[in-house]
Amino acid sequence: MTPILQVKGVTKRFGGLTAVNDVSFDVAEGEILSVIGPNGAGKSTLFKLISSFLRTTSGEVIFKGDRISNLAPYKVARMGVVRTFQETTIFRSMTVRENIIVAHHLRSKASLLGFFLGTGQARADEAEFGASADDIIAFLGLEAIANELASNLPQGHLRALGMAIGLATDPKVILLDEPFAGMNHDETMRMVALVRRLRDERGVTVLLVEHDMPAVMKISDRIVVINFGQKIAEGTPAEIQSNEKVIEAYLGSEDDAIGM
Amino acid sequence: MNTKKAIGVGAFLIAVFVIVPWLIAVSGRWDFYYTLTSVALLSIASAGVWLTFYIGRINIGQGAYALAGGYVSAILMTKVGFSFWATLPLAGLFCAGLSVLIGLPILRLRGVYFAMVTLVLTEVGRLSALALPVTNGAKGITSIPLPGEVSVFGLTMIPDFATLENPKLAFYLVAVLLMVICFAALYRIVNSRLGHLCRSLQQNEELSASIGVNTAYLRILAYSISSFFGGIAGAMFVAISQSIYPSSFQVADSVNFMLNCFLGGLGYVFGPMLGTLLLYFGWDLLFTTGRFQLLIYSSLLITLMLFLPNGILSLFDRKGGRK
Repeated sequence: MTPILQVKGVTKRFGGLTAVNDVSFDVAEGEILSVIGPNGAGKSTLFKLISSFLRTTSGEVIFKGDRISNLAPYKVARMGVVRTFQETTIFRSMTVRENIIVAHHLRSKASLLGFFLGTGQARADEAEFGASADDIIAFLGLEAIANELASNLPQGHLRALGMAIGLATDPKVILLDEPFAGMNHDETMRMVALVRRLRDERGVTVLLVEHDMPAVMKISDRIVVINFGQKIAEGTPAEIQSNEKVIEAYLGSEDDAIGM
Repeated sequence: MNTKKAIGVGAFLIAVFVIVPWLIAVSGRWDFYYTLTSVALLSIASAGVWLTFYIGRINIGQGAYALAGGYVSAILMTKVGFSFWATLPLAGLFCAGLSVLIGLPILRLRGVYFAMVTLVLTEVGRLSALALPVTNGAKGITSIPLPGEVSVFGLTMIPDFATLENPKLAFYLVAVLLMVICFAALYRIVNSRLGHLCRSLQQNEELSASIGVNTAYLRILAYSISSFFGGIAGAMFVAISQSIYPSSFQVADSVNFMLNCFLGGLGYVFGPMLGTLLLYFGWDLLFTTGRFQLLIYSSLLITLMLFLPNGILSLFDRKGGRK
């Protein structure tokens, strides 16, 4: 398998604190890779470094041979690496459908002036965005709330909407920030199935950061474990479950935490 | 455009271009032309401010661009000998260009910080006009000629305003036409993809960047359109008053532009137009109350903002949406 995304010796220091320390791993095209670790291990920082919402102190992130670290976030999104947000970040005073349509920005062929003048290309784009938004709505099963204002939605739907916004950009790699946080068992299982379909049906490579061990064990092809900013293990779920360093990092609750 | 909208637009156009001039002719209140012309022009500048609100920035600096636009027009007419009609777009373009230079550093700021910097901008504009040699300091530029004739292939399109029997009516018609064009453009912006992206920026800049929107570019673009509106409004004012001074547009004007938007409604394209009309007339009507004018005026504004936080147009909006 060829790596689509390579994290090479990435380090991030905030003043005297080293949040991420020389982390390297590859993500293969079409795999689901999870980054796990105890609270404060530097997962979220790593995530922001990969999507270029933070600048690296040293090291680099390579996507399909091109360096994407330290670029403006919108440029990284344009190349096909798109993140979703942990906190339910959405366009609050737009409807679900409007949220998704706006997120199609990257696919527009007409210029902004073209949209202003209402050229044929612009109208074709708008029609295409509408159709694609409906397609995504159907894919995520959001039909019932498509015309609801985003600010009125309950938690679970917001998370799905965040994913829909990410999908609308037609990403090659999607970075999901704690997609299962705050969900009960049933909701988690539904989300696990959804993430799988993302990969299977839409061919999106998935990189996710998560706390929820059972879900991670279930969904991941491979897992990278971070502790105190450093990578301590990498491997298949089975390998991770029997890795001594990992058990040590989660000491005291290994059975529960690793989901066995 | 559906029929209901078409009827609304048609009714508005007939009202401003036919009914208002007719009413004024019948009643003989020629002074209303000046008032209504001012409202039209101030609403253009307010429309610009409204667009910066639309990207989530509180803009209290439109006076600076109106002043700059006025001076550009005045200088080009008196020193270079340009026709007023040529200076009108040039004043807008100059302000748009200026706003790119100013916007690049300051548009990174958000919320009250951006508001504070723009507030200072108007004062910087006034002081620059006082200090620069080309603006003739405190004496300002006076005796600016009226708009001249425009002819295409010998055919007179616009007559020389100096020869007109009723230049007030002519200024009124030009100002209203300009207002109609500006608001039509604004309506188109808001209802096209550009407007949707501006709204995404207003609601969450980080998410906007994550879906691939070049947020810095979009902010600059919206701000320069906003300043373009300020520039042409300022230039048109100069043509009417035939003079400009450093105090022609002050901090109070910048604040009023913002209030016009608040009052009309930040969610409605035509909010600034209604807001300008009501504030301008409201202030004048309160003139009879003498020294209580400002007190009553400000109390009314505070009450309105408390009870109608989304502006007056929200009264007519049953869906609770935008337009």
